[in-house]
Amino acid sequence: MTKPVDLVQGTLDMLLLKILALGPMNGFAVSQRLMQVSGDVLQVSDGSLYPALHKLEQEGWITAEWKTSENGRRAKYYSLTRLGRRQLERESANWSRLSAAISNVVKLKEA
Amino acid sequence: MRPKHWFYTFPLRLRSLLKRNQVEHDLSEEFLYHIDQKTQQYIAAGLSAEEARRKARREFGGVEQSKENCRDTRRVSHIQNLLQDLGFGLRILRNSPGFAMAAILSLALGIGANTAIFQLLDAVLLRTLPVAAPEQLAEIRLNHEGRIGSSVARQKEYSSAQWQQLERQQQAFSAIAAWSTERFDLGKGGEARYAEGLWVSGDFFGVLQVNPVLGRLFSKSDDYRGCGVQGVVISDAVWQREFGGRVNVVGNTLSLDGLPFQIIGVTPPSFSGLEVGRNFDVALPLCSEPAVRGEEPWTNDATTWWLAAIARLKPGLTFERATAQLGAIAPGILTATLPSGYDAAAREKYLRFSFRVLPAATGVSSLRTQYEAPLCALLAISGLVLLIACANLANLMLARASAREKEMALRLTLGASRGRVLRQLLAESLLLAAIGAAIGMALAQGLSKFLVAFISNEGDPIFLPLWPDLRVLLFTMGLAVLTCLLFGVAPALQAARSDPGAAMKGSGRGITMGRQSFVLRRGLIVSQVALSLVLLVAALLFVRTFRNLLMLNAGMQQDNVLVADFDFSRLNLPVERRLEYRRQLLANVRSTPAVDSAAETSIVPLRGDGWNQFIDIPEAGIQRKLVDFDEVSARYFETLRIPLLAGRDFNENDSIQSPPVAIVNEKFARTILGGGNVIGRTFRERQAGGKPDKVYQVVGLVGDTKYRDLRDDFNPIVFVAEDQNWRPDPDSTILIRSSGGVSPLVAGLKDTAQRVSPEIVLGFSVLRTSVLHGLMRERLMATLSGFYGALAAMLAAVGLYGIISYMVVRRRNEIGIRMALGASKSTVLKMILREGLGLVAVGLVIGTVLAVIGGRAARAMLFGVNPADPMTLALAIGGLTLVAVIASLLPALRATGIHPMQVLREE
Repeated sequence: MTKPVDLVQGTLDMLLLKILALGPMNGFAVSQRLMQVSGDVLQVSDGSLYPALHKLEQEGWITAEWKTSENGRRAKYYSLTRLGRRQLERESANWSRLSAAISNVVKLKEA
Repeated sequence: MRPKHWFYTFPLRLRSLLKRNQVEHDLSEEFLYHIDQKTQQYIAAGLSAEEARRKARREFGGVEQSKENCRDTRRVSHIQNLLQDLGFGLRILRNSPGFAMAAILSLALGIGANTAIFQLLDAVLLRTLPVAAPEQLAEIRLNHEGRIGSSVARQKEYSSAQWQQLERQQQAFSAIAAWSTERFDLGKGGEARYAEGLWVSGDFFGVLQVNPVLGRLFSKSDDYRGCGVQGVVISDAVWQREFGGRVNVVGNTLSLDGLPFQIIGVTPPSFSGLEVGRNFDVALPLCSEPAVRGEEPWTNDATTWWLAAIARLKPGLTFERATAQLGAIAPGILTATLPSGYDAAAREKYLRFSFRVLPAATGVSSLRTQYEAPLCALLAISGLVLLIACANLANLMLARASAREKEMALRLTLGASRGRVLRQLLAESLLLAAIGAAIGMALAQGLSKFLVAFISNEGDPIFLPLWPDLRVLLFTMGLAVLTCLLFGVAPALQAARSDPGAAMKGSGRGITMGRQSFVLRRGLIVSQVALSLVLLVAALLFVRTFRNLLMLNAGMQQDNVLVADFDFSRLNLPVERRLEYRRQLLANVRSTPAVDSAAETSIVPLRGDGWNQFIDIPEAGIQRKLVDFDEVSARYFETLRIPLLAGRDFNENDSIQSPPVAIVNEKFARTILGGGNVIGRTFRERQAGGKPDKVYQVVGLVGDTKYRDLRDDFNPIVFVAEDQNWRPDPDSTILIRSSGGVSPLVAGLKDTAQRVSPEIVLGFSVLRTSVLHGLMRERLMATLSGFYGALAAMLAAVGLYGIISYMVVRRRNEIGIRMALGASKSTVLKMILREGLGLVAVGLVIGTVLAVIGGRAARAMLFGVNPADPMTLALAIGGLTLVAVIASLLPALRATGIHPMQVLREE
């Protein structure tokens, strides 16, 4: 397995928002889903997951609700807000532009 | 923060604040759930329960640390947030001290100047009297077209007879009172120590509903005819100053003009009379006036107008209704008080008088009428200066914003939200505004005290309460917030809207703030230049006005003349002995060392005092001509250096026994006597009581002099001889010319007076000083507008310098390329200058139009200068252009120093 890539804070926010766009879920589920979808490349350390989620909550991009999970335990479920959706769009657009630019540079043929 | 955003986050923040424990519990539970799920996962993967749990825990990392980080992100209180932003802003400002200082300084000056003027305006115009229900207070004024009699006090509405009738017959007011002002001497001889006195009718304090802090105040029963020397009410200030705040002061004696009055009570410190800008020291009942006056009391004279009336409206009555009610009883009052000496024409005029009832919630004030216009003008001017300062700040902030673009972009990519960045920038602006406002407030206190001291003077001191009240505080805060919005929002919005990706990839060329902000900055410069021109023109106009007034020829030499008042009424000399006494006094004064020449006069010129009489010249068909009079001793004209053009001065041959003589001025000779040789011509003055006319013979002709005010035209004046007055007053005003200093002269005169009679009460003032004091308004406008004008020009120059520099930086590459392609330094220079001066030219055109409009509006405050005077405009435009050229030249020269190769390399 390749070494998981360290994620810059900004991009982490975007990824979390995207995962939550798929549907409301609790923190554990989010980190699992992320790993799953990225083929184990993108891993969030538990220590940075919750601060990131709380920050997103503070900014008003996600909201939280305490619900009972499938196994009967109480857990905090996050879901995307309308503001969050707009933020996600903005950040995805930025990311596409940035990654395109970087690929262009990397693809340059050496002389 | 946008409102929707708030909707989501505010309840959260509030919850965090209020239910800290619950929040903590939630955190723990959330983490626990996560660890449990992980544990389950590992158990399912084959580990033992214990190992699974340990692994899960380990992977989670520091629980407390995580909790702490979560707490950090929560940022529990909005205030904490703001403090953080402010703290950050403070650090940023400390990193660029030059910018911070420039910004804070211009803000402080602008806000301070505005607040000071507003504070004065507030004190003079807006503050209501500290009495109960001030909106019920009414001033009763008299409409008249002019009447014969004496106005001897600052209050000039009613005679005592009229007041008594008014009080008896009025129905519209629940309480009514009359009042007047006069200065009383507290001392017992020698130089006078004056107290500001109030004459009041019995119900005065009742109308105002003022309660004593000690003893009692006057009531109706204290004001009865013939009361003589009775009680006096003193102010809190006098109580502290003269009696040390002693509790047992009631019953003590206070000497006023040498008469012993008994103190009956003390008014509270908040009460300082009805007149804005004046203080009140002692109050006496109207009935004591005859006792203080001695002979010819004002109370008994039907033609001495010395009282004003103040009243409290009956509840439910309006000012208009009250006026109507008074209109109904006016004829009765006027008929009952018709002065006996009036002829038919005067009688008819008198009976046509009418009353007018006006609101008096803010007190009465001549200060107001005098200074309302200048203060408003000054407020407008300082407002303009503040605008210019704000424009400067906006430019500065915009420039900084474009410089900090990269920083903003980095922060955005690192995860800061746009809202956060916006909030950050706004907090910086708020910080600047707050510091600027605080310093400005402090400056304003000093400045307004200075302004009051400037317009005050010894003979006419001005007292204004200058502690900032709620209105002023709100005004200052409003200004601070306004400037914050003006110069903080635009750049902040620009920065927050900037595209991080583009900014990151930008080189020196790509300032992505581009077109939009540049137009804004240009617009700011144009408006700065326009406003500065208006201020410069205003300053020049006011300075010229003042100069014109200063240099006005008054027909006499005003410098080096001392006005000395010798009041010997306490000697109680009988009328027959007074003339001799005065002659002796004058002789003694003349022999005082340092006195070059001295003469008596009844009217001191240029003080606003006056005395006029009707004369007839039957042979010339002139009847009832009202002419200004002055009664002088010999050598009056010599003392004031008024040229004697023909005939002679008064001399010792002119006495009570010899026929009445007069000296007239040129204007009189020309317009009334018809020119030619006037020596020997005569005119008549009618006498009361059927006595034959007094016939004056003209024995001398003098040059024209200004009488009441420098600004008046030259009027015809008749001078009559002091020595021919068989009923002189018990006080003598002597004009003294001396080439030495004032203090030794005053000391010498005090000495002389002491030797003649120790009971003489003395008062001194310098003639030129009181004349200048009469020009105080113009001096104030000239000084302050000059100062502000210079400030505005400086600010505009700084702004222009800033934007030209910015332009140079922006076009650095273009310039470099041009130079590489062969453009000479002078071509580049011209290119830069053309842009900058183009802006200035547009500003000058707009400014000229505004200046002409403004000048016309301020016409009333100008003298001897046309508001649209082309020379003034040209001077201002020239000056500002020069400043602008220098301001543009410096960065333009720097532009030519750009090395083309350096620029190309960076491309």
